Amino acid sequence: MSMTTDDKLVYMVNQIARNFAAMGQQEAMTATADHLLAFWEPRMKLRIRALAVERPDALTPIAAAAVARLPASAG
Amino acid sequence: MAWIGELDLGTRPMPATGPMVALTIDGQSIEVPEGTSIMRAAALMGTSIPKLCATDMLESFGSCRLCLVEIDGRPGYPASCTTPVAPGMIVRTQTEKLSTLRKGVMELYISDHPLDCLTCSANGDCELQDQAGAVGLREVRYGYEGGNHLVADKDESNPYFTFDSAKCIVCSRCVRACDEVQGTIALTVDGRGFESHIAASQDEDFLSSECVSCGACVQACPTSALIEKSVIEKGTPDRAIVTTCAYCGVGCTFRAEMRGDELVRMVPWKDGKANRGHSCVKGRFAWGYANHRERILNPMIRASVDDPWREVSWDEAIAHTASEFRRIQAKYGKRSIGGITSSRCTNEETFLVQKLIRQGFGNNNVDTCARVCHSPTGYGLKTTFGTSAGTQDFDSVMQADVILLIGANPTDAHPVFASRMKRRLRPQNGKPGARLIVIDPRSIDLVRSPHVEAQHHLPLKPGTNVAVLTAMAHVIVGEGLANEAWIRERCDWDEYQDWAAFVSEPHRSPEATEALTGVPAATLRAAARLYATGGNAAIYYGLGVTEHSQGSSTVMAIANLAMATGNIGREGTGVNPLRGQNNVQGACDMGSFPHEYSGYRHVSDSATRALFETAWGVPLDSEPGLRIPNMLDAATDGSFMGLFVQGEDILQSDPNTHHVAAGLAAMECVVVQDLFLNETANYAHVFLPGSTFLEKDGTFTNAERRIQRVRKVMAPLNGQADWEIVQLVARAMGLDWSYTHPSEIMDEIARLTPSFAGVSYALLDEQGSVQWPANEKAPLGTPMMHIDGFARGKGKFVVTDYVATDEKTGPRYPLLLTTGRILSQYNVGAQTRRTDNVAWHPEDLLEIHPLDAENRGIKDGDWVYLRSRAGETTLRAAVTERVAPGVVYTTFHHPTTQANVITTDYSDWATNCPEYKVTAVQIGLSNGPSDWQEDYAEQARHSRRILVEAAE
Repeated sequence: MSMTTDDKLVYMVNQIARNFAAMGQQEAMTATADHLLAFWEPRMKLRIRALAVERPDALTPIAAAAVARLPASAG
Repeated sequence: MAWIGELDLGTRPMPATGPMVALTIDGQSIEVPEGTSIMRAAALMGTSIPKLCATDMLESFGSCRLCLVEIDGRPGYPASCTTPVAPGMIVRTQTEKLSTLRKGVMELYISDHPLDCLTCSANGDCELQDQAGAVGLREVRYGYEGGNHLVADKDESNPYFTFDSAKCIVCSRCVRACDEVQGTIALTVDGRGFESHIAASQDEDFLSSECVSCGACVQACPTSALIEKSVIEKGTPDRAIVTTCAYCGVGCTFRAEMRGDELVRMVPWKDGKANRGHSCVKGRFAWGYANHRERILNPMIRASVDDPWREVSWDEAIAHTASEFRRIQAKYGKRSIGGITSSRCTNEETFLVQKLIRQGFGNNNVDTCARVCHSPTGYGLKTTFGTSAGTQDFDSVMQADVILLIGANPTDAHPVFASRMKRRLRPQNGKPGARLIVIDPRSIDLVRSPHVEAQHHLPLKPGTNVAVLTAMAHVIVGEGLANEAWIRERCDWDEYQDWAAFVSEPHRSPEATEALTGVPAATLRAAARLYATGGNAAIYYGLGVTEHSQGSSTVMAIANLAMATGNIGREGTGVNPLRGQNNVQGACDMGSFPHEYSGYRHVSDSATRALFETAWGVPLDSEPGLRIPNMLDAATDGSFMGLFVQGEDILQSDPNTHHVAAGLAAMECVVVQDLFLNETANYAHVFLPGSTFLEKDGTFTNAERRIQRVRKVMAPLNGQADWEIVQLVARAMGLDWSYTHPSEIMDEIARLTPSFAGVSYALLDEQGSVQWPANEKAPLGTPMMHIDGFARGKGKFVVTDYVATDEKTGPRYPLLLTTGRILSQYNVGAQTRRTDNVAWHPEDLLEIHPLDAENRGIKDGDWVYLRSRAGETTLRAAVTERVAPGVVYTTFHHPTTQANVITTDYSDWATNCPEYKVTAVQIGLSNGPSDWQEDYAEQARHSRRILVEAAE
């Protein structure tokens, strides 16, 4: 069942977004972005930003919006 | 003079808060708290009234008739252990009449006791011998003919102690210790009159009885009837050093009783505030691993994990480590290496490993095994309350009226605290016992055991914690049971209202979620009402809460319940995580997580970073580092190539063994510092031999935030304490470290960490222990947190939406596997498997419900395969109704089973804490070990070879 690292990153960001979803769209986006900033290592942030482009349908709307908010300097 | 143990004042203390009573004993006046026995009052002024059946660990019993005294104005000769003091009482402890009576009693005892004192194992440490001397017994007039108990077979079945009924005086101390201290009630006095004898269970031998080998009976025994085999072998100790146990998060303190440099026995310290003189089979007895023949004492290196190990000098091993790490960083970049701190090592050692990584490696790639156990506790309690730790001390449980136990099995995993809990659950001195609610997929011992029965057991389906707790909140809010006045004062009212509206939605009710959770709605409602209205309600939880894909949400749901009912900030309430390893709280406190410094301050906080940069003289990385699973992912991707692992066996303890093995195999330099060639060492290039807790100074912090001293009782067999080894590596990497004692490391921690600002070895030696925060505001520490307000200001209600795990059952994997621990073994078993504790648990077993077993033709003891989407292993089945149909259970103590071959990559959404507690599996009959087990055993054997140099 092992996922690739890329699969895992996508899975993780969607999972975070899903757990914040009950807060409402706007707040969930902010919370997800803050969470990535606080807990994800630079190469993970760099890679998820690339994956958001490479696999546009893979991220849920909240996750995608959160990743889009990550500053270019993060990672 | 022989060995002098701890003072025994004869009967239990009374609270010093009550009124005082003045009396006269042997012409001396003394004042003691009301309710104190005459015996204890006399002992407090230095007079020891002869006694045999009394000890201050137990309720007074009054059976031996030796402690008689005379009291003015009272007829007869009352027993001083059962007679409380009264104002103005005049007591005489030694008169001619008393002396004659005591001699008569003692003569009867000795007339049926072997007179082999000189060769007896308790010689010099025997209360019967002492008391015979104290009463002046000079002859036994009855002779030794006729019926007697002078010869009996010894019961040597327990690996750690013997029972010799010939030496027994049937004083009942062992029976009462088993009942009052341990709460197992395995011992009894069987028969009547002359036939009376001590029996384990139904007159079985100790090992096959219900005895849990905690040793409380051995400690209580006044003769050699129950005595440690180590004392029989080595003789009595002549000195003692107080230190802290290195097993679970209860943090029991012990007197390590020594003769010379040899440890004779461990006896729980009566003044220890975590354990109050009690212990379990691990702490008291399972320390033999320290001298186990498989312990590695010399550093070793090898170029490839296919090569055998080569023993080298410390200098060579350290220089090799430093040059490999620098080489890898030069080739792959600064962030290509990292390390793992140990929850088994001391605070000081942990602090040094994270310092080595932050200061020396120049990154934040540090993590600790709390990642795989209580990282969700850190996240959840920090978010809701503002502090990543439990709220109470252990003593608080004695004031609880309702105990809510979630995903924890204390009688196996935290046995000494479980005994305390049981004491509160049983009625005592006219006070009714606390009521218990258990939320657990298994019917754990506390659901029903002698004299303890849970009011409600909610046997939920694994993975539905959030749904169950939200349904409880639904009932509390919906039935108007929330403590709104308290919430308005202590919490953010708007956040509460949002949360209350959320939990009140109809589809979150117990009725609506019953099909999903498997918990009958009526039971859940009754449990919620009891928690909200039963008086002081305390929550205790374990890894059954955290090790889920919604571990952090569950912790926050627990915090929500406590806040909604106002059960925070008072004795007998609170939210209390039961920590797994001895120093997992400390490892977290010391900055072992990749995103925060000691004292839980984020690496991006520039003021904190500046503090550390000034102290350590280097710029520090402001970006969070990799967590353990991320490190392994990065390793397989080729960007993380070097790892320093101190006292941690990630290959056995972390989920999805195949993935862990692939990650380790991809690295160019893995350094393992441990006592043994553990499973992770199969993939290591450098092995640095570690030291045991008996061989070094330091501190551990237990689940109550209690910082306690670890004291060196013997020299390290490997030549270095672990902190010294890390210092050698740091110096080889060019860092200017010059600690000469762990106390200097603690001083640095105190300088850099506000919650530790007041902590020093001097304070710990003076106070025995201190609970953090200990600083200017709380110089002697903080037994209870959030008394007048939360650490974060207002308590935060967090909406926790139930999200089902993606680990689903289906036709191929129809059963849910959940994992856990057993009393006699500890974690990956590296220590306990190398002790006689294997007598109780030689292998991991698979618990399966009779229905599921029958469907598959499985009988008790059959070999079965256990298969998940991640892997397959084999083990033997134990058919039992402890697990519900559809659920199976096993432990992870043995590498031959390697339960983590089965567990998956799914993890907590917030912290990546693995989902150990839910794996979809299939079970079936099997012929023996799986291919993987055979390959693994061969690889491990191959990898553990050590090159034998030809003699020069």
